[in-house]
Amino acid sequence: MAEKKKISRRKFLVRGGLGTAGVLAVGAYVFRNPIRRGILEMANTMEMAYMGETKNPMVWFEILKDNTVLLHSPKVEMGQGSFTSFAQMAADELEIPMAMLKVVHAATSTGNIDGMSTGGSTSVPGLWQPLRELAATMREMIRTEAATKLGVTTDAIAMGGGVVSANDKSMTYAEVAEGVTEWPDIETPVLKPVSEYKFVGKPIPRIDLEDKVYGAPLFGMDAEMEDMVYGAVVRPEKIGAKFLNADTQQAESMPGVIKVVKEDDFVGVVAATYQQAENAKNAIIVTWEAPNNLQQEDLEKIMTVGNGKTTIIQKEGGALDDDDSEIMEFRSPIGAHAQIEPNGVLASVEGDMATVKISTQVVGITRKEVAERLGFEEEKVNVIPTYLGGGFGRRLHTPHAVQAAVLSKAVGKPVKYFFSRKEEFQHDMFRPPTHHVMKGKLNTSGSLEGLEHHFVSGDVGNNSALVPSFAPTILGADVGAIRGGFIQYTGVPNYRSVYWHVQLPFATSWWRSLGLLANTFAIESFIDHMAHKADKNAAEFRLENIANDPLSVRLKATISAAVEKANYTETIVNGRAMGLAASIDAATPCAQVAEVSIENNQIKVHKVTVALDPGLAVNPDQVKAQCEGCVIMGISASLHEEMYVENGELRPIIYGPYDMALMKHSPKEIDVVLLQGKDTPGAVGEPPLGPIGAAVANAIFRLTGQRLTKLPLKLS
Amino acid sequence: MKISFTINGTQQTVEVVDGNTPLLWVVRDVLDLKGTKFGCGKAACGACTLHVDGEAVRSCSYAVKFAEGKTITTIEGLGTKENPHPVQQAWIDEVVPQCGYCQPGFMMATAALLDKNPNPTDEDIDNNIINVCRCGTYYRMRKAIHKAAELHALQEDSEIQNS
Repeated sequence: MAEKKKISRRKFLVRGGLGTAGVLAVGAYVFRNPIRRGILEMANTMEMAYMGETKNPMVWFEILKDNTVLLHSPKVEMGQGSFTSFAQMAADELEIPMAMLKVVHAATSTGNIDGMSTGGSTSVPGLWQPLRELAATMREMIRTEAATKLGVTTDAIAMGGGVVSANDKSMTYAEVAEGVTEWPDIETPVLKPVSEYKFVGKPIPRIDLEDKVYGAPLFGMDAEMEDMVYGAVVRPEKIGAKFLNADTQQAESMPGVIKVVKEDDFVGVVAATYQQAENAKNAIIVTWEAPNNLQQEDLEKIMTVGNGKTTIIQKEGGALDDDDSEIMEFRSPIGAHAQIEPNGVLASVEGDMATVKISTQVVGITRKEVAERLGFEEEKVNVIPTYLGGGFGRRLHTPHAVQAAVLSKAVGKPVKYFFSRKEEFQHDMFRPPTHHVMKGKLNTSGSLEGLEHHFVSGDVGNNSALVPSFAPTILGADVGAIRGGFIQYTGVPNYRSVYWHVQLPFATSWWRSLGLLANTFAIESFIDHMAHKADKNAAEFRLENIANDPLSVRLKATISAAVEKANYTETIVNGRAMGLAASIDAATPCAQVAEVSIENNQIKVHKVTVALDPGLAVNPDQVKAQCEGCVIMGISASLHEEMYVENGELRPIIYGPYDMALMKHSPKEIDVVLLQGKDTPGAVGEPPLGPIGAAVANAIFRLTGQRLTKLPLKLS
Repeated sequence: MKISFTINGTQQTVEVVDGNTPLLWVVRDVLDLKGTKFGCGKAACGACTLHVDGEAVRSCSYAVKFAEGKTITTIEGLGTKENPHPVQQAWIDEVVPQCGYCQPGFMMATAALLDKNPNPTDEDIDNNIINVCRCGTYYRMRKAIHKAAELHALQEDSEIQNS
């Protein structure tokens, strides 16, 4: 484990009069070298710290005149519920009711943005320490200031409900903050024990619940600016097509068209309405250089273990001999993000300033890229993040922000522009397809003597702005593709995991849980196969091959909990069979039992029992919601979804043909058991995506004797 | 051309260049009701679902000219914080939304279903609620739909008693 994250250098910024009069703003420098630390932590522990940046003072909290406390969140809210957890953590240390605290996205102009991203299931774990320390320090600053104003000692001050009181007198936090220009310098106090928290650890309803139920305009797609017009950018259908030239004559004279903008790398159009921009876009004739006519068979040939560059990521004992080993191959397809809010952006460039409103997971990178293209200082670009209509890793890439800024500059007006659904599907940053070769050998007593996972993937972390270009050389393997690819049965005397990297001709990248979904499918299906070979109960077989280090012990506890809660059996009852699988992702173990039947030759998942050990659950209800969401998204990815290549194009291009789980495919029961194997919060948003594919496949094996080795799972 | 309709209880006349413009864009960009969402533009995801004369309609693929003289309800007109529709109340009780983007479409589809079928079975829900949710909130949605049906029935009972 890497050294626990600490706030290494603290310098509070406290000012009156920021934004509005009577405001208290609290900020801090938090971190020194985000990129290097990020890579190491990803490589070593898969747990990332909060990575604030150091250039500017960062505003975290403001107290408004109406006694509202605003938290400027450095992380974005994309459905994972972290805003609510942040509010719980802050309110508890600030001694205020939840209703007094509002969480907003920090804009780059306020400085408090995460230098990396929102992703990797790191938001709550990463902010657990710094956010509570900041809130506690702010509370003590208010106490000290209140003591001065009330003419008492700090010991005499009582705090609660957003009010300070001493003797018969009381003041709101806002009244304490009123007119203060110099705040006392306060040491960070000792944090309260978790047992004293009123909100942390409780199933508080999401703070964005009402806005989302009554249709508030929260999202990037809903953003508007005065005098706004619409943009569109022409995108190729063919994989790897390079922009050469465009005939824009017809588009230029079409109704509503304000300007056709030709750049070296793209052509776009700006028009008065969305339809006019789309119509003009469709009238632009572009000459593309399309290098290949790739077909699906070619892709599967490329994506085969043994191709590309290899790295051994885990090795203990000797290698298995193919001649006396069980060998089984698995495949997973290209996956699309298919988030419902399309990628879009609203950009306004005026003189030497740019404003960008956008659903993004990489606020700082969006700013950097826009600034670079416009030739502006980064400080002249204000990126204002909105709520995300789904993230799932798709919004870790925002080149459309650059294009919108270029279009806005060309017409001198704010330009809004978003992808069509066809563009979403053909220009996704896909989950790469994978191929896995599993090998295993039993000893004479039916225990595992050796276990190997050999797998090939395209880029996940590589070629992303989040991972420096030197990282693949230093680390060998792609930090994203290997997630979930390690052998967790380290009680086995001989085991290894060998990664192969293939560069694909189309862009692949971060997709919720990264390599976990496919890697766990392969490893956990194969373990089930080996348990069957050994004629052992699949749960007991797993438990006897897992080691006794702390994380492994937690993994065993989740397996036992899932087995017990689901009443796991390997007997078919009323036409239904159970399948078990387990995984560790970002140091969070998860086990699942799926209860499955076959109806009209279709796989039907009735119930999924989830045992997750995320450590301390700041909001147990939202942790459960993430488990439910992961199970359903995992069923969608494992039983339904598949992109393919045809004549050099990625297909399909619309929901429906891109088959996704609907209401009717969702299990009617999802039973979540939360364990707490450590006393701080761990990763939640992705780990429960690991086991589901294998859990369903293992149940199908019990039902039919068919070992399905290819996602999406299809009965023969 | 001018098109007149009632939306969320208010009479509106809008001027559009092209009567084939999808109703969605008139609702979002002309009338500034942003609760109805764009997802796919091909009536394949349901994020743009609203009511036209009480029927659930995917407004991205419904030409505005067909709205002439009709009554339209969007999520903004379904209920309010003070007076929530049973579907919205159930969604709050069950803490359904995650990212929230697809949720207005689901709530509008559910409200239309309950109008026709006040007590839907699981099978009715499976057959009628066919929008796409990427966060995977279907499990809570199903519970919320059953809950909404109960709230709806209670509301009707009290209305009968009060009249």
